[in-house]
Amino acid sequence: MTSRIDAPLVPGLSCPREGGGLCCTKIHGLGVTLGRRTILENIDLHIHCGQFTAIIGPNGAGKSTLLKAILGEIRHTGTLEFTKADGKQARSPRTGYVPQTPRFDRGFPISVLDLFVSLSTRYPVWFPVHRSLVRRVEAALDRVSVKHLLHQKIGGLSGGEIQRVLLALALEPVPELLLLDEPDSGIDILGLETFYAVVNEIRRTYDLSVVMVSHDFPLLERFADRIILLDGTVRKVGTPHSVFGSEEYRRTFHVVEPMGGDA
Amino acid sequence: MATWYTLVDLLPFEWAEPGRMLFMKNALLAILIVTPLFGLLSTMIVNNRMAFFSDALGHGAFTGIVIGALAGLVEPLWASLLFSTCFAVVVSLVKYKSRMSNDTVIGAFSSISVALGIFLATFGGRGFAKMNRYLIGDLLSITPDEILVIGLVLLAVLVLWVFLLNRLVALSIDSSLAGSRGVGVLGTDMLFTAVIAVVVTLSMSWVGLLVINAMLVLPASIARNVTTNLRAYTGVSLAVAAFAGILGLIVSYEAGSVAGATIVLILGILFLLTFLRPMRD
Repeated sequence: MTSRIDAPLVPGLSCPREGGGLCCTKIHGLGVTLGRRTILENIDLHIHCGQFTAIIGPNGAGKSTLLKAILGEIRHTGTLEFTKADGKQARSPRTGYVPQTPRFDRGFPISVLDLFVSLSTRYPVWFPVHRSLVRRVEAALDRVSVKHLLHQKIGGLSGGEIQRVLLALALEPVPELLLLDEPDSGIDILGLETFYAVVNEIRRTYDLSVVMVSHDFPLLERFADRIILLDGTVRKVGTPHSVFGSEEYRRTFHVVEPMGGDA
Repeated sequence: MATWYTLVDLLPFEWAEPGRMLFMKNALLAILIVTPLFGLLSTMIVNNRMAFFSDALGHGAFTGIVIGALAGLVEPLWASLLFSTCFAVVVSLVKYKSRMSNDTVIGAFSSISVALGIFLATFGGRGFAKMNRYLIGDLLSITPDEILVIGLVLLAVLVLWVFLLNRLVALSIDSSLAGSRGVGVLGTDMLFTAVIAVVVTLSMSWVGLLVINAMLVLPASIARNVTTNLRAYTGVSLAVAAFAGILGLIVSYEAGSVAGATIVLILGILFLLTFLRPMRD
């Protein structure tokens, strides 16, 4: 499957369906300049529903910046357009975001329940939490099989558990576009495979677009539908096989042997 | 106030006897209002790692008070509040926009501010002695009118907290995550900063610049040593602040010491106790 990434953009036309769902996010001519430094330029991407897209690239390639630009946190040039499954245009997709393992203070006495209540509702988290709200949070945690962590203090969780809780949070409400920024940075090897499997299952269940920044090439090869090789701009897009076997990949990462064989 | 005096008269203290030492009774009521206020702000100051920042706000407030006293003609309190709030907003803006390390920005502004305060206070050969009350604080000088003002501030902060707390919690976890959940990062930060500035400026003359930051940092530091969720955290922080406040006032009466510093010492002892506790097991 080659992506339609290089296809000319026709404004207003619904997304070409190929392997993914009917809805898609179109990014056209996106660029980010901070001060005098150009971080990203000429980014053109189609991200389809139901697809697992991974962004790879060297340090400083602008991977996190691209996610933050899509989130609207960083000012950018170019356009971002979302087409819903019924063909209607929306200004932006409902977006869920899972940050890199946050460097919050581990001594902060906040339970998983508190985190959910404060980030996904307007209910003041210092008041007693109503039973029905607790059940809603439990259901959300159950999506990624971490219901048992409800009353745990977040600072005491492992890296993998924190990422799964943050994933559950990003899925409440279920987004149309799920962005994950190196969610695997704080997870041990065992937790890592589970995490990828959970993400993989979720995008099938809810038919949502997953965009994940990651360095774990062997796992991406197994789970991702599409790899975007980013280094200031899009260098290469395609299936894991085609990207990892490409000349651009070898040049960017200074790989001597093609990676396809030993992964 | 009459109802309050009647209530306090029931307490078994020498100063609580009917008709005596109204200033102690005023101070007790003030403590019951001010300490929960500090306890509440404390939780989010500690969480958002603003301990040093709140210290700088205290210095800004001191300069504000000097300017307020100089302005004289207009109500001094308003001039002070205006300056400290502007100071707080400017520092958090610079902190947000600048690439310099936060400590450096905060340290620089804090020093400049307190230097300006001292310069203005002593300009033209005036003595600094009259400013001492702002450094050490005099809780016993509080008047019923001032208690009313601080009571209104407590009410306002409680109402604000209903809307603000969830956002502050989100910010303390991860600012991008907070942004993705629709939290206005800069706005929330500014509003919280301004609230701290107002509370610090108002209570400076009773608590004292030298120890006021301890009131903003210690209650939550104690609470976080013994709790695992936000409700307990907030509750313990409020309770600890109020307990230390009342005990501190009583001890300061017996010991003949300044109330503000005595309260902070008690908080300090509680902090050490809770800090050493987890090491035992």
